[in-house]
Amino acid sequence: MEFLGLLNYWIVVVLMMTGFYIVIAHNNLVKKIVGLNIFQVSVFVFYITMAKVKGGTAPILAEGIEIYSNPLPHVLILTAIVVGVATTALGLALVVRIHDAYGTIEDDEIEARENEL
Amino acid sequence: MAAQYPALQVVLALLAAPVCLILRRPNAAWAVATVITWISLALALSLLGRVWETGVILYPMGDWAAPWGIEYQIDTVNAFMLVIVTLIGSVVMPFARASVEAEIEEERIYLFYCMYLLNLAGLLGIAITGDVFNLFVFLEISSLSSYVMISLGRDKRALTAAYRYLVIGTIGATFYIIGVGMMYMTTGSLNMADLAAILPAVADSRTVLVALGFLTVGLGLKLALFPLHLWLPNAYAYAPSAVTVFLAATGTKVAVYAFIRIFFTVFGGVEIFTAGVIPQILAVLAALAMIGASAVAIYQTDVKRLLAYSSIAQIGYMVLGISMVTVTGLAGTIVHLFNHAIMKGGLFMAMGCILFKIGAVQLDQFEGLGKRMPVTMAAFVAGGFSLIGVPLTVGFVSKWYLVQAALEKGWWLAVAAILASSLLAVIYIWRVVEVAYFRPPPKGSAEVSEAPLSMLVPLWILIGASYYFGIDATQTLDIAFAAAETLFAPPL
Repeated sequence: MEFLGLLNYWIVVVLMMTGFYIVIAHNNLVKKIVGLNIFQVSVFVFYITMAKVKGGTAPILAEGIEIYSNPLPHVLILTAIVVGVATTALGLALVVRIHDAYGTIEDDEIEARENEL
Repeated sequence: MAAQYPALQVVLALLAAPVCLILRRPNAAWAVATVITWISLALALSLLGRVWETGVILYPMGDWAAPWGIEYQIDTVNAFMLVIVTLIGSVVMPFARASVEAEIEEERIYLFYCMYLLNLAGLLGIAITGDVFNLFVFLEISSLSSYVMISLGRDKRALTAAYRYLVIGTIGATFYIIGVGMMYMTTGSLNMADLAAILPAVADSRTVLVALGFLTVGLGLKLALFPLHLWLPNAYAYAPSAVTVFLAATGTKVAVYAFIRIFFTVFGGVEIFTAGVIPQILAVLAALAMIGASAVAIYQTDVKRLLAYSSIAQIGYMVLGISMVTVTGLAGTIVHLFNHAIMKGGLFMAMGCILFKIGAVQLDQFEGLGKRMPVTMAAFVAGGFSLIGVPLTVGFVSKWYLVQAALEKGWWLAVAAILASSLLAVIYIWRVVEVAYFRPPPKGSAEVSEAPLSMLVPLWILIGASYYFGIDATQTLDIAFAAAETLFAPPL
């Protein structure tokens, strides 16, 4: 039961490590950005999970609603999502510019070309 | 009106950024950015004055009471940070005009000023806020804009430097919010003062320990703590000169401030920092940075890169001061934040002047530069003395207090590391001086004149300041010691 009860947190850990691994291990700059995204999404899930109250509903002022989930982390994560989108957009824009300048988006090839300079 | 200064400090720059976007004309954008920066400096000075006289300023944003709303908390520490950031910004702006015109394509100049203002707003926001999540948002505003500014460099390596910085910077910021999330899980609060009050009661939980670990690594990436510094050398070396000056003087400093804030304010009441192994780990990393980065600097052929490695070493000094967990050590760190900002700002400005006239900062192009650009090179030498820590310079003041703090603790190895790092600094500065003054100019090189006054005057203001505050350090030291004492005072 404990494992199932913490299922979301396990998902967070798996996603986080997957994303982190992709960022470190992949050679392709676009894939690195995708990895970064997965890494960030794991944090979003983490925040939303901790806000959940068992049996709680949406935080609305109405009759019969007594237990509700904490809305604050949701709001925080909205902000973090915006930041994540901006980061992804900027990262991909940089990849386009790098492709124009180097003719490749493979990290090792770029490094080889940089060392020639 | 004066009551709204804390909000205006951040909001002005934030609102002026899109104005630059609308104006589109390079000169108009420059004028807006300059005026806003100068007003921000005036605001920061007035806030520091008020904090000095009446103590901590609390400013609930939008009148939402803390700990639910976001509250700006300004004490001596962050008022001083605000002054450092806006001061450097104010000196950089006149310098930037000619430098940016020479290094960035004309149709992109207004975008540069837009990004610069966003960066300024982000850095000021980090310094002023009393909310750990709000700090993350500002951290990302300043980081995203700095990636863009770095990518504006002429060299195509600027693009890859910006990309790598983006990846590492985002990992750092994400680590930071993981830490914040874990603190929120255990305490239910995001307000720094509130967290400081609640954390001691739950400090035994593993969640809080893990949170501290994430926060340390996350901010360590942002402030380029050895061995998390790999993004820094290329980012500084290939960014446009004005960007390098501004980022080197303020970006990592503000991250150091955030580090201090988390450790001493948020975790102020928690034993794990004062009694645990974290100070020793930080001290060892700091010493490695001081010696390792200085040694690498010696072998650089690009002088901007050389200075970038020296920055990593200087960050080592700051972290060393933090790791001592004493008032003297912390005061040494805080005064070094200011001192290093003005001297490294000055040195990178000298690079900007040389880049403006010669078009490159490779060491072999420095031959005979002492004769060809005497005013700029004199500034470089003067700034170099400060970096080494010759008496009468600000570098000496910082090192004096750090050595004193190390002696108080009986950390002889730290004293040795400071001395060794200073000796290495002598070597890498001397290499440049030797080429510039003792080698004849290459045959056929044109008589190179000096950079325009609009660049030389800011350069000498910073270099002059690094002697002014070196000869009479009472003002900066008073503030630094008061700031360090606030950090050790029990939370309100």
